[in-house]
Amino acid sequence: MIEVRDLTKKFNGFTAVDHVTFDVKNSEVFGLLGPNGAGKTTIIRMLSTLTRPTEGTAAIGGYDIVKQDNKVRQLIGLVSEKMIMYDRLTAEENLRFFGKLYNIQKNLLNQRIDELLELVQLSKWKDSKVGTFSTGMRQRMNVIRALLNMPKVLFLDEPTLGLDPQSTVEVREFIKKINRENKTTIILTTHMMNEADRLCDRIGIIDHGKISTLDTSTNLKKLVSGNDATVLKLEIPNLTTKMVTAIQALDCVKSVSQENASHIKIHATGDEAFNTIIDAVRAEKAKINSAENLQPTLEDVFLHITGREVRDKADNKIPMREHGPFRSKRRVR
Amino acid sequence: MISHSFRIAWKDLMELFRNRMGLVLLILMPIFMMTMVGFIYPSETSLNSVPIALVNEDAGFGDYSLSSTFIMTLNSINDNTGMMTLTNASNLDAVREMIQTGDAEGGIIISSDFTSNIMSGKQGTITIVTDESNPQMSAMIQAVLGQVFEQMGTMLAQQNVQGLGVDPNTSLAVVKPYNVQATGAVEGEFSYFDFIAPGIMAMTVMMSVMTGLPAAISQEREVGTLDGMMVAPINRLAVILGKTLAQMARGILQGVLILVLAVTLFGVTVHGNILLVFALLLLGVFSFVGLGVVLTSFAKDQETAVMMMTTIMFPMMFLSGVFFPIEQMPWFMQSISKVLPLTYVADALRKVMVLGADIPALTTELSVLITFGVIMTAIAVPVFKRAMTR
Repeated sequence: MIEVRDLTKKFNGFTAVDHVTFDVKNSEVFGLLGPNGAGKTTIIRMLSTLTRPTEGTAAIGGYDIVKQDNKVRQLIGLVSEKMIMYDRLTAEENLRFFGKLYNIQKNLLNQRIDELLELVQLSKWKDSKVGTFSTGMRQRMNVIRALLNMPKVLFLDEPTLGLDPQSTVEVREFIKKINRENKTTIILTTHMMNEADRLCDRIGIIDHGKISTLDTSTNLKKLVSGNDATVLKLEIPNLTTKMVTAIQALDCVKSVSQENASHIKIHATGDEAFNTIIDAVRAEKAKINSAENLQPTLEDVFLHITGREVRDKADNKIPMREHGPFRSKRRVR
Repeated sequence: MISHSFRIAWKDLMELFRNRMGLVLLILMPIFMMTMVGFIYPSETSLNSVPIALVNEDAGFGDYSLSSTFIMTLNSINDNTGMMTLTNASNLDAVREMIQTGDAEGGIIISSDFTSNIMSGKQGTITIVTDESNPQMSAMIQAVLGQVFEQMGTMLAQQNVQGLGVDPNTSLAVVKPYNVQATGAVEGEFSYFDFIAPGIMAMTVMMSVMTGLPAAISQEREVGTLDGMMVAPINRLAVILGKTLAQMARGILQGVLILVLAVTLFGVTVHGNILLVFALLLLGVFSFVGLGVVLTSFAKDQETAVMMMTTIMFPMMFLSGVFFPIEQMPWFMQSISKVLPLTYVADALRKVMVLGADIPALTTELSVLITFGVIMTAIAVPVFKRAMTR
């Protein structure tokens, strides 16, 4: 459905996206995971014809994003990080305005507006101005606006950014539903590991404008330390330094980190690792309150691949204004 | 493309009309503009009860004093017009003090040898003291008093020549052989309003479009809604066309408001075709809009856009002859003024509204505006297209 070849974007000498190449299959949910300023938004903007690439090509449904941009626009829907909504217009007026830009027939458009509003339970707010909506309601509007033209490909740029946990869950469920029922191909960007983990069939990890790794969530996690890796979390109320030393002394243990007075996290390898560790601490008269056998998370994957945590965002190479709420318009344009 | 433009224009206007505060300001702006400019600029007829200090130093000639006759005449003229409020003062210094304190706007001093000079066949001297800190006012007072003195001088001269045995019917022709009369190209009375109303109309409409367009586009870009339009399969130009239409509607609305105010409150009469007036406004917008689009393309955000527009609008306002006639500017300003489209719009509007001119009389203005518009649009379209997909 989407073919991206050596896509590159430079802004005044700063390379935001650096020779990115990937394919997205039909009706797949593809995630771009990375810290703010990594180049996710720029990729989305290039693919949705809003920004012209400096180098490289990309095609959506066989149409070139530069040469056949209007064909591409027919096929896609964009949920931008910023709300594409006019506060002074009502929900219905907003949808009608954007619908008309797609030359959708009047009757068909009316029907679709009603369906979409119903879908996100906003029907009774149809005639209220969007400016009066809560953030969650606005984001639901923002998503259905992108669905007016029944897009084959839907781009979602940080779709749950700034939402409360309940709205976040709602929006995620909705994204899954669109993918399942309409077979819509979805590309979403996120800096949240669990979001990528929950929603995406495949994930591209992006940092400094490059896709460093691209695979399914499961395969990515295997990358961290192979199949026999164990991450064990123990709660020991009478934890002593001697116990920690004893665990560290074991051959199968790679690292031990103490999280607080009673919790430790152990990375180990080998089939018998779990039992060996338990035996070792029991021998030290440890009273185990709970033991958790953790799966490696995407957080661990990111750490493993980039050597940094996602929370670090980008690094000093990118000026401060590229981040967070003060993000410069230059990058997003 | 056209239907999309109308959609966008309609959406913009809907937003505009939902913004109560903005709407109120939109209506207030032309009202302020008209009332302020209209009332502040003084005209002779608008002089009213100006405090003038009067010093009579005349020692007379024996028992005879011409100065009292003079003052009587001055008073009787003033009673009719109500132009001045005369206060007596003792001497020049007292008059200066009164002007400094603001008790008087000017002074009239009748010299001590006024009567004796006249009686001995010389000229009587009357000095007018003016307030240099208020040049507009002092020029006005000087002109008005000059006229009054002229009249009185003529009257006196007539009496004198009659005394010399000249027929009363021909005495006026003897003392004042020339009768100068001024007449305009069009019948009727004209005020400063007739001069500025067309200019202000042109300026408001231009300003609306010029500041409105970059602000509207960069605002949508900042908020992010512009992406919503750009990601739809519409012609890029539909966006700019739609926005221009909306701003134009806004500008024309203000223009109509000014016209209505000018006609109803300030007694301006439109002598030409009203449709031609609007056609000219539209042509003016066309000549301007390209420049607005180019600036929009370069502006990074709304703030920059508005600042850029203000920087350009300000000199344009003063150099285009909206408030002051171009002829009174120094040569280098006149040459700048000649390349500003607003100059031609204001000029053409003035010709139509005041002089009742028709299209053939406007050939120069029309061709300049069309040329300017075509060139600017030709530059603006590719620049805008590029800027939209940076």
